[in-house]
Amino acid sequence: MSDQTHGLVKHDLAPGEEEQHSVGTRILGYVVGLVLALLLTATSFFIAGTDLVWQPSIPVALIVLAIAQMGVHLVFFLHITTGPDNTNNVLALAFGLLVVFLVVGGTVWIMAHLNANMPPMDHIMQMRS
Amino acid sequence: MSMTATAGRAHADPHHIGLIIEHPGPAPKRIVTAYGFWIFLLSDIVMFSCFFAAYAVLAGQTAGGPKGSEIFEPKNVAIETVCLLLSSFTCGMASIAADVRNRFWFYLGMAVTCVLGLIFLAIEFREFADLVARGYGPSRSAFLTAFFSLVGCHGLHVSAGVLWLLTMMAQVFAKGFRADILRRMMCFALFWHALDIIWVAVFSVVYLLGSAP
Repeated sequence: MSDQTHGLVKHDLAPGEEEQHSVGTRILGYVVGLVLALLLTATSFFIAGTDLVWQPSIPVALIVLAIAQMGVHLVFFLHITTGPDNTNNVLALAFGLLVVFLVVGGTVWIMAHLNANMPPMDHIMQMRS
Repeated sequence: MSMTATAGRAHADPHHIGLIIEHPGPAPKRIVTAYGFWIFLLSDIVMFSCFFAAYAVLAGQTAGGPKGSEIFEPKNVAIETVCLLLSSFTCGMASIAADVRNRFWFYLGMAVTCVLGLIFLAIEFREFADLVARGYGPSRSAFLTAFFSLVGCHGLHVSAGVLWLLTMMAQVFAKGFRADILRRMMCFALFWHALDIIWVAVFSVVYLLGSAP
């Protein structure tokens, strides 16, 4: 909220737009993002094919690494921050994520319990007659 | 008199967060355009989430056909991933070059992005053609249908992105760094970075989780 000191501020930031930095600082941001993303990718590919870790933990680790890498991309490449000039972009992203989790989570949840929640087919036939 | 001044202040700062804008007009076109495109990208991601949900449900329905672990080649996927990640980086370099109006670095960054995107597409196309040639086309099983639609949809997006990239290079060549061209360049950069985010989900969920026996 350093903008408070100004009193008069410019407009919000567009998605993907950075605050005014020098070119060197901006390039450095992309380099940091690239290195972090490469590290996370390498870890994902290593963990997927290794015998060194407890096997049931691998799917969880892969999902956590994927979410972390998406966060790196959002922060360093798309410049989504928590600053006050970014609120609109973050809120839109939050709503998008809500829909994504409802669609994916809801589908997997319902379809995984479909057989358990449905009576067997011959049972339905008996109810009809 | 001071009362009206305060009322005017309060009106200029409707959320009382200390940001006082003296003449709050419509936001600049640059922000409106990019924000609208951001909403489109999020809806595109929602569409992809439907393909992901379908894949998650159908991943086990192989109908006697091959499982994921039998047809995926982790080495190819790793090369594809690195290509797309590096292209995201060079796309960022190109947008910085466009902001500082440097034609040489803009063309170089966009050209490298284009080549990396084409390498990605070539590897993916070869993988698909190889699977179809072995009889494992999208009609073989529900798993392969979901696989081809999810990964193919991402591939179509990358193809559209490459066409858009070439269009941007041609527009900068013909019209220079005009304000409207820079807005389009900004939207393209958003699109390309979003594609990379979706690919992170694809290689994690489809290829790495699917290659477990």
